[in-house]
Amino acid sequence: MIVADRKSLEEILAMVQEKHKILIVGCRGCVTVCNVGGEKEVEILEASINLARKTSDQPIEIETVTIERQCDNEYVAQLKEGINTYDAVVSLACGVGPQFLSEAYPDQLFFPGVNTTFFGGAVSHGVWEERCQGCGTCIIHHFDGLCPVARCAKSLLHGPCGGSSDGLCEVSKETLCIWDMIVKKKMEQGRLNDLLTVMEAKDWRSARDGGPRRSIREELIP
Amino acid sequence: MRLSYPPEIKVIQVPCTGRVDIIHLLNALENGADGVYVAGCLEGECHYRTGNLKARKRVAYVQKVLAEIGMEPDRVAMFNLSSAQGKRFAEIADEITARIVALGPSPVNKRSKTHATV
Ligand code: SF4
Ligand code: SF4
Repeated sequence: MIVADRKSLEEILAMVQEKHKILIVGCRGCVTVCNVGGEKEVEILEASINLARKTSDQPIEIETVTIERQCDNEYVAQLKEGINTYDAVVSLACGVGPQFLSEAYPDQLFFPGVNTTFFGGAVSHGVWEERCQGCGTCIIHHFDGLCPVARCAKSLLHGPCGGSSDGLCEVSKETLCIWDMIVKKKMEQGRLNDLLTVMEAKDWRSARDGGPRRSIREELIP
Repeated sequence: MRLSYPPEIKVIQVPCTGRVDIIHLLNALENGADGVYVAGCLEGECHYRTGNLKARKRVAYVQKVLAEIGMEPDRVAMFNLSSAQGKRFAEIADEITARIVALGPSPVNKRSKTHATV
């Protein structure tokens, strides 16, 4: 899923500082699963903004709604009614959400309430980790299912580098060296020889380097 | 045991403090409570194992929100005591009331009433 972190209340309060009536829009997709932009978090943000504005004697009117997915025009269209009656709209979806909303409702101002961080999953309750960076050409089968593109700080296809020590990456004591894990796993599985194969230079044009990407499925186009 | 505690306190009973969510604490403050405190079982003695530990983290989250908006984080607190400690319950009630009275009325309503939640 796409993982995000809620923006600080301070930042969000600054966004809506001059506004008197706002809408907070949640999304039932990834941000609900990573507990940052679902119905519950929408309520918490509403209560927090309300409290902040009440204590500073600048009351604000807040309405909330959580739609199925903000990255889907079919659901975005459900907001049509009354969307322009707000001074601003805060979206708690990933960065895709406020963009789809802005495209659908060009007269309204949309603010992102979260910082979109990575594609990953929860490794334990309350802890999410990056696993993929959407490079457009998946090669993890060469590395026993571990992705060095997203999980090695240098995206090395032959590793580890000299910075690997005690299983940790040189960038931080919190970061595991994925190459240490790849080598260990290959050794455990008796497949260390696989790593003698020289990987061809990766074609980064399928990744972000080739510019914004687009997926077209002819069979689905009406 | 006939013990009294400050009449300003409004007790809200829940089956376990694990039921108390961030939104409940925020809503109480939003609606004008001068303070909210959660009285849970002793740590390690939750019938549902971790209800009181979860409540403590939620209280900490709300304290962080209050700090961010310039409201005193001490208006929210967590206490742990066993259901057999009636005397301690009354003491905590006195303690939290004194603390909240010292902070003064909530900036939300500026009324001099103290509400608290258990
Ligand atoms: S190789 Fe590319 S597509 Fe595959 S997991 Fe890594 S970043 Fe994602
Ligand atoms: S220490 Fe490991 S993860 Fe870090 S940059 Fe080097 S090979 Fe990559």
